[in-house]
Amino acid sequence: MVEKQENNVWDNVDWITIGLYLAMMLIGWINIYAAVYNEEHKSIFDMTQRYGKQLMWIGAAIFIAVLMINTDSKFFVTFAFPIYIALIFVLLVVLLVGSEIKGARSWIQLGNFSIQPSEFMKMATSLALARYISSYDFKMHDYKSLLSLAAIIGIPVGLIFLQNDTGSAIVFGIFILVLYREGLNGLVLFFSFLISVVFILTMLFDPLITILILSIAALVINYLLKKKLQRTLIGGATFFGIFGVLWGLNYILGGSVSPIFFILIAAILTSAMFFTWAMVLRKHSLAILIGIYLGSVLFSVSVDYVFDNIMEQHQRDRINELLGIHSDVLGTGYNVNQSKIAIGSGGLFGKGFLQGTQTKFDFVPEQDTDFIFCTVGEEWGFLGSTVVIGLFMALLMRIIFLAERSRSRFSRVYGYSVACIIFFHFAVNIGMTIGLAPVVGIPLPFFSYGGSSLWSFTFLLFIFVRLDASRFEQLSF
Amino acid sequence: MDTFSKRRLIILGIFLGIGAIFIIRLFTLQITSKTYKQFATRNVLRKITVYPARGFIYDRNNNLMVYNKAAYDLMIIPREVKSFDTTELCNIIQLDRIELREAIRKARAYSTYKPSIVVTQISPDIYAPLQEKLYKYPGFFVQYRTLRDYPNKSAAHVLGYVGEVNQKTLEADKYYRPGDYIGVTGLEKAYEQDLRGIKGVQKSMVDVHNRIKGKYNEGKEDTTAVLGNNLITGLDAKLEAYAELLMTNKRGAVVAIEPKTGEIILMVSAPSYDPNLMVGRQRSKNYVVLDRDSINKPMMNRAIIGRYPPGSTFKLANALIGLEEHAITPLDRFSCSGKGSKPISCTHSHVSPLAVREGIRESCNSFFWNNFRLIMNRKGNTADSFQAWHDYIVSFGFGTKLSPELSSEVKGSVPEVSLYDKWYGAKHWNAYSIRSLAIGQGEIEATPLQMANLCAMIANRGYYIMPHIVRAIQTPNREVQTLDYDKKTINVSPENFAIVIGGMQAVVEETKLQFSVKQDKYIVCGKTGTVQNPHGADHSAFVGFAPKDDPKIAIVVFIENAGFGATYAAPIAGLLMEKYLNDSISPKHKDIEQKLIDTNLLDVKEVKKTL
Repeated sequence: MVEKQENNVWDNVDWITIGLYLAMMLIGWINIYAAVYNEEHKSIFDMTQRYGKQLMWIGAAIFIAVLMINTDSKFFVTFAFPIYIALIFVLLVVLLVGSEIKGARSWIQLGNFSIQPSEFMKMATSLALARYISSYDFKMHDYKSLLSLAAIIGIPVGLIFLQNDTGSAIVFGIFILVLYREGLNGLVLFFSFLISVVFILTMLFDPLITILILSIAALVINYLLKKKLQRTLIGGATFFGIFGVLWGLNYILGGSVSPIFFILIAAILTSAMFFTWAMVLRKHSLAILIGIYLGSVLFSVSVDYVFDNIMEQHQRDRINELLGIHSDVLGTGYNVNQSKIAIGSGGLFGKGFLQGTQTKFDFVPEQDTDFIFCTVGEEWGFLGSTVVIGLFMALLMRIIFLAERSRSRFSRVYGYSVACIIFFHFAVNIGMTIGLAPVVGIPLPFFSYGGSSLWSFTFLLFIFVRLDASRFEQLSF
Repeated sequence: MDTFSKRRLIILGIFLGIGAIFIIRLFTLQITSKTYKQFATRNVLRKITVYPARGFIYDRNNNLMVYNKAAYDLMIIPREVKSFDTTELCNIIQLDRIELREAIRKARAYSTYKPSIVVTQISPDIYAPLQEKLYKYPGFFVQYRTLRDYPNKSAAHVLGYVGEVNQKTLEADKYYRPGDYIGVTGLEKAYEQDLRGIKGVQKSMVDVHNRIKGKYNEGKEDTTAVLGNNLITGLDAKLEAYAELLMTNKRGAVVAIEPKTGEIILMVSAPSYDPNLMVGRQRSKNYVVLDRDSINKPMMNRAIIGRYPPGSTFKLANALIGLEEHAITPLDRFSCSGKGSKPISCTHSHVSPLAVREGIRESCNSFFWNNFRLIMNRKGNTADSFQAWHDYIVSFGFGTKLSPELSSEVKGSVPEVSLYDKWYGAKHWNAYSIRSLAIGQGEIEATPLQMANLCAMIANRGYYIMPHIVRAIQTPNREVQTLDYDKKTINVSPENFAIVIGGMQAVVEETKLQFSVKQDKYIVCGKTGTVQNPHGADHSAFVGFAPKDDPKIAIVVFIENAGFGATYAAPIAGLLMEKYLNDSISPKHKDIEQKLIDTNLLDVKEVKKTL
């Protein structure tokens, strides 16, 4: 009986996931066809055109999927680390001999084909994480474990950064959600969130305003926490007093010191005052609040410094654009603006298949790769877009469901990794086309044109489908 | 279930939250907001190709031979076309309604969103009213083009013409788009890469009223057109025109070369045509007329594709070989019995016996038969001797293509040993079998260019520079790049050249050519030829150069069915050399000049013996 179960892996595969996968790939292909369509090349099998090639790649992807399902699930557990190490090695090779496409040295040229190993690194890192976390003696908050986790995620990130492929590198940040699910302290998530808020505030305004907002927020929280109006008012008076006096003096004396220094001094002195209170009155929560506050203030100042002095212009441009700081329609924001026009012009029902005008005249660059969602938005309208988002939501929820029902920790960690990676790509890619995320050039899973991307997501997903199919077996150690 | 199981809800919450935010955002973008829809309709991109002006072509004296004039193409993008007043548009562009409809149908068949040409080469006076009314016709726009113009109306064959690029080239070279122009023949073809320049592209945004609203992407993707390079040739435009005048109503070719540089001074193929016929909207009609004229074949450049037996002019080459091979000495005399001579009869009676100088002067067939017979005995057997002779002839430029510029040039032909071995069997042929070669008949065929090159080689006393038309290429910023051409040295000693040149001088000064070709200020050397022609009357040929001691021009004139070389070819060559060297025709030659211009040799059945 046991043997029969193993032989009939197809009885246990999750057809909902496979159905969603096929549907997304098909819709993606239809939109690539529309994006590169021109009247001179009408045949869908025209291999000189991208839709023809994509069809070929879809065929290969289905082959990969079948191959993964027919592989023994123990293989992935046993070879998790070897696969990871092999791909790290490939990344090193790419750094040495890779070819450059659009500024990123992350491609390997094999004859006519170029392959982007960093795409496959996500799968390998997921396997390695799953393998490591599912090991017997793993404890999340063990010093050694944290270091190992940081290494497993950090090494590929570093190598991909060195390839100048920022987009692919930041994807690995999403593993924090996987770790959270496996027991990482919620504060890490909270601080990640806080850091992004401070970062965005700093970028949007400048450290001066950010610190003002932080200070007021801290005072309000202090009041809400302890309900001591008097102390809060004294704190506020001290802060604004010091800041105002220093600024005024500077103004009268005609100095040219930046007001950031004054607000920094005010913040530190006020914090010191509150900290003394906290110590004297043994209010630990107050001390923590002050710590978070001061940390945020310093973070804001250093982010500003890094932004102005360390980042490169195109990175600054993209961040600025995302936050709407320089709304230069024909400059940096051009892509996003054209993309929004294309999607916006779709209306409720869209213009119809092959009827998109924005997509026809090459207004939107990277129409068939990173900006493929524009074609969906323009030709299929709000309804089509919602269907695509719905498909992603359904797939993500299905994966989480499958991961949760798994008895093996390996499968669960891997499943969460798959969901999080797909989610991150989905969020950043679609966010980018509708102006909610920076233009970081990462593909939309199963939709964007390109073999590397499609195959790597197929590997990623179908290893999980295979692991799920053997949920009745014992995989963990 | 593990202790952190509930965290799945937070993660799911994040996923669904982002999904919800996206849907809300899409709702505002696609349904609430109207701005993006308006943007989209305004956002129509038009790529306008900026055609650079094609390079000019100058003659040796810096006179323009080819330049450009303005013209406009009316373009259409079918999917942008709205219904419009066809009658008005047809009136403006002076086009039949049926033709317009047909043009639009074709454009639509080609592509609905790529521009196609409706009417090509609209003249500036039609363009002005059209431009004013253009806003009424969405989907139509005008593209500026340049057309070729030829102020001298001459040198059609050498300059070549420009035409629309054909399907084969379109597939082979991605630079070209349908409707682009490309050099089809002559220099226009040979120097296409230089002349065409580099196209530029301007991307503009246009509004619904077909008006340009500004540059697309701030013009960052625009490229500027780069002007074509100019060609500086060694041609003499005035002489070219004069040669064409003299060749009126004659069939044949004239080629002149500056011996020291190898520059082609003139190249005429008659009958010719006005190169302006191959420009503009009438081009295809004119082309058909010219192309179908199978009698005069005006499109054919006889100077490089006419394969003529060289006739008596070839005796110069044989004399050089005979002397160099010591088959004869300058003093060896041979007797001639005029028309009764064996094995080749001579055309007329003259002094006898005679040596090489008189042999050339009298063009004595007997003398050259003996010369050739002795050359064929030099190496012990005929085959080896013939091979030696053959190698000389090839080194003179026969049987080879001389100028890569002139793509249609033919090689002519020089017979090989193997040919005669095949005809007669190895060792079963001798000088007698191939005696026609002694007098430039038989299996040898040469182009007028090759004959002119032989003459240049004799004028240089032992070398020639590969004949060519373009001397230098001038870039748009006036930098001049001079082209190098190979020099070929001939293995014949200068003394032997001097002897042959002496004979050529005698031809001009001691025969009746002294009345038509001889000049007072400088010595002219030459050789006539009367080429037997199995298809009709003999061809008249002349090769010559002048001045004798400092040759500035070497010339060949070849006139089909015109009889003796001395009758027409020689005086035309004489006038051209005179015009070139003196810049004018002396009064005593005005008479001949007029007679030559008036002579019509196109329908000759019987050759007149005298002018």
